[in-house]
Amino acid sequence: MKEMNIKITVNEKEYLLPIIEGEMLSDLLRERLRLTGTKIGCNESECGACTVVIDGEPVLSCSYPAVKAHDKKVTTIEGLAKNVGENGNSYTVLHPLQDAFIEYGAVQCGFCIPGQIMTSYALLEKTPNPEVKDIKYALKDTLCRCAGYPSIIGAIQAASASIESGKPVISPVIQTSSVGKRMVGQVSRRPDAIAKVTGKAIYSDDIQFEGMLHARVKRAMISAGILTELDVSEALALPGVQAVLTAKDVPNAKTHGLFIKDWPVLVGIGDPIRYVGDALAIVAADTREIASEAMELIKFKYEPLTVVSSAVQAHLPETRKIHESGNLLKHIKVQKGTVSEGFDDADVILEHTYHTNPNDHAFIEPECSIARLTDEGKLEIYVGSQIPYSDREQVAAVLGLPENQVRIIGQLIGGGFGGKEDIAGQIHAAILTMKTKKPVKLLFDRQESLIVHPKRHATQINIKVGAKNDGQLVAVQTELHGDTGAYASLGEKVMTRATTHSSGPYEVPNVNIDCYAMYTNNPPAGAFRGFGVMQSAFAVESMMDTLAEALQLDPIELRRKNALRVGSMTNTGQLLRDSVGLLECIEKVENALHEKAGPNPFVPVQDPDDPTIVRAWGFAVAYKNTGLGGGAPDKAGAEIELLPDGRFEVRSASAELGQGLPTVLQLIASEELGQGTEQVQVLLSDTDLTPDGGPTTASRQTYVTGNAVKYASKAMRDLLTSELTERYDVSPEKIEFKEGLAQIDRQEVQLSSISENLRKDGIIPKVSYTYWAPETKPLGQGGDMHVAFSFAAQAALVEVNTITGEVKVPEVIVANDVGFAINPLGLKGQVEGGIIMGIGHALVEDFILEEGRVITDRLAKYRVPSIYYTPEITSFIVEHPTADGPYGAKGIGEICLIPTIPAITNAIYNAIGVRVDKLPVDQEKLVTEIQNQKQ
Amino acid sequence: MTIWKDYQLAYSLVEAVEAYDQAEKPVCFVSGGTDLLLEIQQGSHPAMKTLIDLNHINEMRELKVMGEQIFIGAAVPVSQITNSALIKEHAMAVAEATGLIGGPQVRNSATLGGNVAHALPAADGMISLVAMDAIAITYSHSGYSKKKILDLFKGPGVSALGNDEILVGFEFQIKKPGEGSAFDRVMRPQGVALPILNHAVWLRKKDDVVEDVRISFGPSGPVPTRALLVEEVFRGNKLSDETISRAKATILKTVKFRTSKMRATSEYRYHLAQALLEKVVKIAWNRAGETE
Repeated sequence: MKEMNIKITVNEKEYLLPIIEGEMLSDLLRERLRLTGTKIGCNESECGACTVVIDGEPVLSCSYPAVKAHDKKVTTIEGLAKNVGENGNSYTVLHPLQDAFIEYGAVQCGFCIPGQIMTSYALLEKTPNPEVKDIKYALKDTLCRCAGYPSIIGAIQAASASIESGKPVISPVIQTSSVGKRMVGQVSRRPDAIAKVTGKAIYSDDIQFEGMLHARVKRAMISAGILTELDVSEALALPGVQAVLTAKDVPNAKTHGLFIKDWPVLVGIGDPIRYVGDALAIVAADTREIASEAMELIKFKYEPLTVVSSAVQAHLPETRKIHESGNLLKHIKVQKGTVSEGFDDADVILEHTYHTNPNDHAFIEPECSIARLTDEGKLEIYVGSQIPYSDREQVAAVLGLPENQVRIIGQLIGGGFGGKEDIAGQIHAAILTMKTKKPVKLLFDRQESLIVHPKRHATQINIKVGAKNDGQLVAVQTELHGDTGAYASLGEKVMTRATTHSSGPYEVPNVNIDCYAMYTNNPPAGAFRGFGVMQSAFAVESMMDTLAEALQLDPIELRRKNALRVGSMTNTGQLLRDSVGLLECIEKVENALHEKAGPNPFVPVQDPDDPTIVRAWGFAVAYKNTGLGGGAPDKAGAEIELLPDGRFEVRSASAELGQGLPTVLQLIASEELGQGTEQVQVLLSDTDLTPDGGPTTASRQTYVTGNAVKYASKAMRDLLTSELTERYDVSPEKIEFKEGLAQIDRQEVQLSSISENLRKDGIIPKVSYTYWAPETKPLGQGGDMHVAFSFAAQAALVEVNTITGEVKVPEVIVANDVGFAINPLGLKGQVEGGIIMGIGHALVEDFILEEGRVITDRLAKYRVPSIYYTPEITSFIVEHPTADGPYGAKGIGEICLIPTIPAITNAIYNAIGVRVDKLPVDQEKLVTEIQNQKQ
Repeated sequence: MTIWKDYQLAYSLVEAVEAYDQAEKPVCFVSGGTDLLLEIQQGSHPAMKTLIDLNHINEMRELKVMGEQIFIGAAVPVSQITNSALIKEHAMAVAEATGLIGGPQVRNSATLGGNVAHALPAADGMISLVAMDAIAITYSHSGYSKKKILDLFKGPGVSALGNDEILVGFEFQIKKPGEGSAFDRVMRPQGVALPILNHAVWLRKKDDVVEDVRISFGPSGPVPTRALLVEEVFRGNKLSDETISRAKATILKTVKFRTSKMRATSEYRYHLAQALLEKVVKIAWNRAGETE
């Protein structure tokens, strides 16, 4: 009975392997068999990314002892596609599920996809024709944070049909651009999709190097204190430990940060600990187990300090100062007109205070950095980062190296949503590599990820609105407190966005806003999809419904009356000259709503079969800036080379987080160069090979890097044209580019021969272009603060159980003004994912802190929406082009999330008369309020 | 610092107990391990040198009728229980409860034995077994023994099983005409993944009267209990609105629900318990009616 070896069949191949203590099946697959398609997202049986099929049953390999798989048959994602044909002539045939996932756009960041497909595979083996409810039941705990659930459901059903019929997967009907061109605006498969559905896609943790060490970080785990003693001697003495470093080992700059460098690399003796995730020491050891053990052996002492646990508390004069500069990171002001006069003029004035909670990005791929030195002594860092050039700058500054001695090699990113903009393990891994001269991998476990990286800002928003009896807004005054946590991160930028958007997408003559971004002892808060606008939209859109009720106006009509339109002046004094599709968004959603729900969608309807269930619709609108704005230089570089094989390579250091940037860039270059997408490949995020695309944030990459690629493509076309003009002695207008070739007069020349000829002459056919977005003005100066805004309207149907308080969102109608839908398949993914993340923020997600300690430190506690929350979505694409966007396009990544939350809470009010003014919705509180109403 | 040093697969109860004696200590038995392994990994359970896996012991993997009894092996994955036609016929409460344990993949590893042995006051499977008045069959050095399910618990998270005692399986009466059972629960979408309240009912109806009934709520008190005084309200009475409202009043007076931080207040639990009782009793009653 005591096995000496594990006999295991994996993907029809038999292995006999020695037993390793404590080894889980996922380790055996990933580390020993190098089948890295099986992913580890949480390592706590919550996310399903590690799902493999054992003897026909889907099982979580992260918590399945390897020994237990003795004598069993295991199928992993690598085992689904089949190689067909003879040597030299063999090719891979994807499983219908793999095909369907690609066709339906179910693949985004791709990290969860192996788990999704394996779970679906097991389902189809048992239930060949699953209904939606069967799919939801089977995939309930296989989480997708891109939330491509609607596409996943569609893909599974299409695969099922394909398996039954024996015919290829039938492609879905995807809404495309109404003004699509040959390539842009058309449906296109992701270039990385096949790698992502076959398990071949490589993310940072899938990389191994010879002699690689494993790092762990000793975290303070207390939220406030002064570090007085730190003893690493026991850790150093542990066999297998190669280095234990503390603050005194930090070579150069002692702090890092995206703009304000106030985040200590390591907390030194006598220095303050400001949050639970503060790093005290870092360990590198031969194995992760040894590094973890060493971490536990590090002892420290501290003098406790009082904990500052909220922004409002931090703002009180008597509160302890967390930073020498005080607790106020930034006081942000917006003023337009004279708000007191506006209120004097108002027929009705309403005021209320709203609270939003912190959220975690909960990307399924935890942070991972690998540092190593090349033979030439250059430091390389392999990491999935949203801002590779910023990583390079920050790593170089801390190590005291010139930036060109550091190379960031960006890897596929398993979800970001803003949470992979700040430094996570990049610097720590680099310091350990410099010390040990060995490759070092620093992988966060889920708990560390939840504790350490910046969250969404918790806010308190007081809003006061004044309006005339006909609904015309005359004054809006808001006061915001944002909890930016222990360090600045992007707190100032996020809260600035919250501030400027806090009077909503409305033209209001008198606006006065004060926002206080405050330091606290909570985990830092920074970028998160929606970037402050999610918070202020919740407040203002709740208020708009309250106002509509007070004035007995239709909530849609009230919004239409005040909506921003071309010619409007925003609260920061920006004249909107074009691309304001809000009214059309409102109209599209309104029409669909009335079609579905009749003339009174906001009136509660009791379920005829179950009187405890009440349904009603809610409505909300939103806007969100595209690009950095506020006077920040907003630029992106791109490079295009005609490779010797005649294909083009587009290069940019912009990041792909799953949102579909490679497809966008591929479509643009193909469009401009007269090619098909197969002729264009995209290389991203390598600071040695790709030009700086700036941060992947602020819904900006389609706009800025899209433009850079568009202009670089034109430059490439010009370069080739001028070369060919001379070589063939023809006038430029007789030269055209087509799939893989140039047509010169009536002669066709392969692009590969053009490339070769140029190279023979010593010319590398390569162009680069740096695109500068139109200049913007800083807040307070009036004029154009942003290059463009995206707009959206949403209606959400809720179903409230009046006994338990449970809320469901069965249906959502949405319209997004995106300027131009360059990549319709990616757009669909963003819209669906944004809505479901919005449902998550409204109903599910609560990052709970207690005196700065993270209560929700596991995925079992920080819940994110599962497939179970997937609503029926009706989506409209609205295209009001913006002058300088590529083909008129502007951002979509964030706007899609913002109106969902107030649409849901407004619907709850319409259903049961309870105003939710604090997120997330608390079902117990709903019941209490319902009972209070009865009394 | 591994989760275990030695992970042994036992193929019979005798072998398991022998392995226990010979194992490097500390040692414990493991079936699904879906909770235990995570608890060790996360430091909320002491690390073990040896784990003895019971999943390959045939008699613990059985799910069958034995005369007047249904037997569910303690190592049967709960997904098999919830999908079992036998269990759906004889103990819908158990089928419903096991269908809600963990997630779909976890249910392919998790076992009813582990669910009960963890002795959590709101384990779904356990609460349903309490309503079924199940008997636990255990095995140790001194051989087989039988215990009433409610005698298995000493405190929250503490079972009455000896360290060397293996939970082999559970048995309860097959369903007779006029009998029915049901289970339901209420979760909170945020925070800790534990039910706010779960509830199981078994009853036997005779004509329009509840002849016998068993009712359990979790979490209520440190160890699972039956709501005996609530049962008393139903026993021998018609399932009328009046009976149900007296039963609800009895919940308020006799069942203990406490406030758990970040999960639910006791007031909310009392409110839900009354609503769930009405719903679940009626479902059980209707099921009982189908075979009367």
